[in-house]
Amino acid sequence: MNPLSWDLQVLNMLAALLLLLSFAMLSQRRIVALVDLLALQGALLCIATLLLAWRTGNRHLYVSAALTLGLKVIFLPWLLHRLIRRLGVYWDTEPLLNITGTMLVGVLVVIFAFGLAQPISALASTATRNSIGIAVAVILIAFLTMITRRKAMSQVVGFLSMENGLFFGAMSATYGMPMVVELGVALDVLVAMLVLGVFFFQIREQFDSLDLKNFESLREDQ
Amino acid sequence: MNAFDWTMQLLGILLAIGAAPVLLGWVNKCRAWLQNKSAPSILQPYRGIRKLFHKDAVIAQNASRLFRLAPYVVFGAMVTAAAIIPSVATRLPITRAADAIALVGLLATARVFLSLAAMDVGTAFGTLGARREMMIGFLAEPALLVVIFVVSLTCATTALPIIAERLSAQSFSLNPSLAFTAVAFTMVLLAENARIPVDNPATHLELTMIHEALLLEYSARHLALMEWAAALKLFNYACIGFAVFIPWGLATSDAPLGLALSVMLLGVKLTIAGAALALIETLSAKLRVFRAPEFLATAFLFAVLGLLVRLLLGA
Amino acid sequence: MEFIVLLATPLLGALILGAFGARRWGPDANVGFSLVTFLSACALTSRVVAHGNLSVAHEQFFIDAFNVFLVTLTAFVGLTTSLFSRPYMRIEADHGRVSGGQLRLYHSMYQLFMATMLIALTTNNMGLMWVAMEAATLSTVLLVTLYRTPASLEAGWKYFILCGVGISQALFGTILMYFAAEKVLGSEGVSALLWTHLNAVKGQLEPSVLGLAFVFLLVGYGTKVGLAPLHNWLPDAHAEGPTPISAVLSGLLLNVAMYAVVRCKVLVEGSLHSSLPGRMLMGFGLLSVVLAAFLLWRQRDVKRLFAYSSIEHMGIIAFAFGMGGPVANFAALLHMTVHSLTKSSIFFAVGHATQKAGSQIMDNIRGLITLSPTVGWGLMMGTLAILGTPPFGVFASEFLILTTAMKQQPWATPILLLALGVAFAAIFGRVQSMVFGETSAKRLPHPPALIPVFAHLGLVLMLGFFIPPYLADWYRAAARLIGGE
Repeated sequence: MNPLSWDLQVLNMLAALLLLLSFAMLSQRRIVALVDLLALQGALLCIATLLLAWRTGNRHLYVSAALTLGLKVIFLPWLLHRLIRRLGVYWDTEPLLNITGTMLVGVLVVIFAFGLAQPISALASTATRNSIGIAVAVILIAFLTMITRRKAMSQVVGFLSMENGLFFGAMSATYGMPMVVELGVALDVLVAMLVLGVFFFQIREQFDSLDLKNFESLREDQ
Repeated sequence: MNAFDWTMQLLGILLAIGAAPVLLGWVNKCRAWLQNKSAPSILQPYRGIRKLFHKDAVIAQNASRLFRLAPYVVFGAMVTAAAIIPSVATRLPITRAADAIALVGLLATARVFLSLAAMDVGTAFGTLGARREMMIGFLAEPALLVVIFVVSLTCATTALPIIAERLSAQSFSLNPSLAFTAVAFTMVLLAENARIPVDNPATHLELTMIHEALLLEYSARHLALMEWAAALKLFNYACIGFAVFIPWGLATSDAPLGLALSVMLLGVKLTIAGAALALIETLSAKLRVFRAPEFLATAFLFAVLGLLVRLLLGA
Repeated sequence: MEFIVLLATPLLGALILGAFGARRWGPDANVGFSLVTFLSACALTSRVVAHGNLSVAHEQFFIDAFNVFLVTLTAFVGLTTSLFSRPYMRIEADHGRVSGGQLRLYHSMYQLFMATMLIALTTNNMGLMWVAMEAATLSTVLLVTLYRTPASLEAGWKYFILCGVGISQALFGTILMYFAAEKVLGSEGVSALLWTHLNAVKGQLEPSVLGLAFVFLLVGYGTKVGLAPLHNWLPDAHAEGPTPISAVLSGLLLNVAMYAVVRCKVLVEGSLHSSLPGRMLMGFGLLSVVLAAFLLWRQRDVKRLFAYSSIEHMGIIAFAFGMGGPVANFAALLHMTVHSLTKSSIFFAVGHATQKAGSQIMDNIRGLITLSPTVGWGLMMGTLAILGTPPFGVFASEFLILTTAMKQQPWATPILLLALGVAFAAIFGRVQSMVFGETSAKRLPHPPALIPVFAHLGLVLMLGFFIPPYLADWYRAAARLIGGE
């Protein structure tokens, strides 16, 4: 087997670690740890973007990496930590399915994602085309994380993890979207988080808790 | 397959049998150092085994033939496993006799006999231990098998010696699949050898025992053989780990120099591995028994992730 | 030039009203900004009618027959809704349901919402279209939860999460489309994301990738259209916010999302050369119509009732676009227009009715005709219009769609007819008792401002009889553009 160049090896390793982090987020019960894992995911993405930028010489990937660092590694986790402290939500201990079951479903989801990404990888011309499957897997596992959670904060972290997966997918398939789109997406994510911050306080004021079982009252015959 | 090879093979087996208690002693010594206690001598397990051999065996009245046979079967299985695993060389005769999946089967045989023997006398604790052991085994075995599958996929063979040769011939590269399976293998090692966080080998509280509970009814030479077999099991697992993940240094021909170098390198690897094991044990707390399946599910997950990453990324 | 005014006015309005929206002249300023937006939209339209398709700012924005009338419609409904919201929000503030800060938020987010919708309609860049759609959602989340009641918070949460997740799927679809386009158009600049460029080379784009992309795009933007089974957020979000917001959400945002779906459909059909996109749209459309029609029976809240009616009509529009071909596309575009006008007028009337009755539950609203004839008749006529009674415009478009369906997809016609009939019975029965029921309340001293209601209904009536030639030409040109068969 001829070995790959070292930067591709590191990129493969980063992709595998990203997948591992999504699983870690799927099974994590402490919300503070969940946000830290999200920050770590962002950091890995930043390193991967820098490596790709160095490898392909694309200028705008450097800007992209800086944006990821500023937004996903520094600002958003800080904002979320502040929210956690002020709202006092630290635990999310009642998942929909028990941890082992969730993990097994996660494995099935990953297999499905790899199958889904197969035709796209075959057509891609980037060096990182094999990681498209991992990006789709990260997206679907984030989706699963959102479904199996009870606390609003964990759903938000799952949502942000999904954005990370989308970003990684764009990078693996096409070396990133055009800069203006990436800026727009980053702006959207930022504004979404700010809106959420306000939203959480409104929820807490009304319900005294951020548990989502308070959100099951609107039904069809209302 | 000349006489030299067979002599080396025999020496290898004797080395394994002889060195296993030292490994156990070393792990205990490191643990004591980490916990700021004064450590027992590294040869303490030998003294324990010798003491047991001098005693008279006391066997329950309703114990069957199985109860008496089990220690020999278990010990024999471990010795055979030690012969199969390429701990110092990959070209010795018995090493080529069976592949990795047969090895897993051999380890399973030992576990089955151990559990049956514990249930044989009919005490509550024996049955308790047997059930727990089978639960751990039921979950750990698939994880171990998936680890073997991944490595077999990487090397296109299931024979451990050839796997070791091929992996050591490669230049160093970052393989995420091997990294994940290494983590999975370490977790399985902890579970199968009754180390913290799955089981406390030094516990005396019966309700928290898994492995110890299986040995409660044994005494004298039977107990000595069982304890020796447990030490040998740890040695075997460590050697499997080295063969797959750290294969450099294994002798691939039967040159005496290569063999001597390989033995020395094995000593170094075991020293470091023993210290690492002691570190893991000191830093973790023992899991409650009903959480052990979660631990093993995580190991299985790591192994399956390694498999999927290997299939997708080809690395 | 008019284009810059078109986009800059709502953005400027958002900023100014964000600072001063709670003043007495806040609602008037809102109307003012909306009027300027509408006038520049009309100017833009006449420019496009005279000179053909318009490309602005190095092809970053593109106005053609399809989106120009949507732009005018959006600006128009935005204007009339701001007219309606003037007295409505004043009364809400007097009742104490909204505070000063909330009014500022309301007005500035209203203008921002208009701006993002206009950007989404006119941009040529598929990525920016996504950004604008997401921004439109975000600007209305805080408006849905304006009243801070438990139900509105739940509605806002569902809206945020479900639309957010849905639209992430659309982002993935956009990435896939970019991926396919990059091979043909290269990765320099944004060329591979511009709709006009994609449209020119759509035959060369890789079919399997575009097919997969369309699935994600349909699921993503379809969530925002409210197609079943992705519609769960719609009844809650449209029912819990202030009524002007329900009007613009139902009337405008659904149209913009539908526009996004159709733009993508044009590209994918050009690449796939099969009717898969059309069939998927038809499937989702039919499912929405049937589901909405039957769920209408269980509604007790009047705004939820009409939200489900929106789902039903969006389903009809999706079905028509799915069928494709000049007649069906024409009918779908006409339906988009008249549904927008009628639904917003209904919400205006309902807004006044619920404000008077103090409740949104239909059982508590009775005898609107005695309370105030304008409100009563407005609601009655609006309901008749939306249910497809001739001679209103909705009848014309539904008739066209049904006849095309009988020719092209005969199996769907009985389903559509049944669903339409069920919806008619459900809504008409409820509204009838609301308007003509017994009540002991006295007549209102002064009539509420209902010019917007009757203006919209008048337009819809006119469109039922007579479609002005330039409008018909627009529709036909757009229908040709959308193509499909």
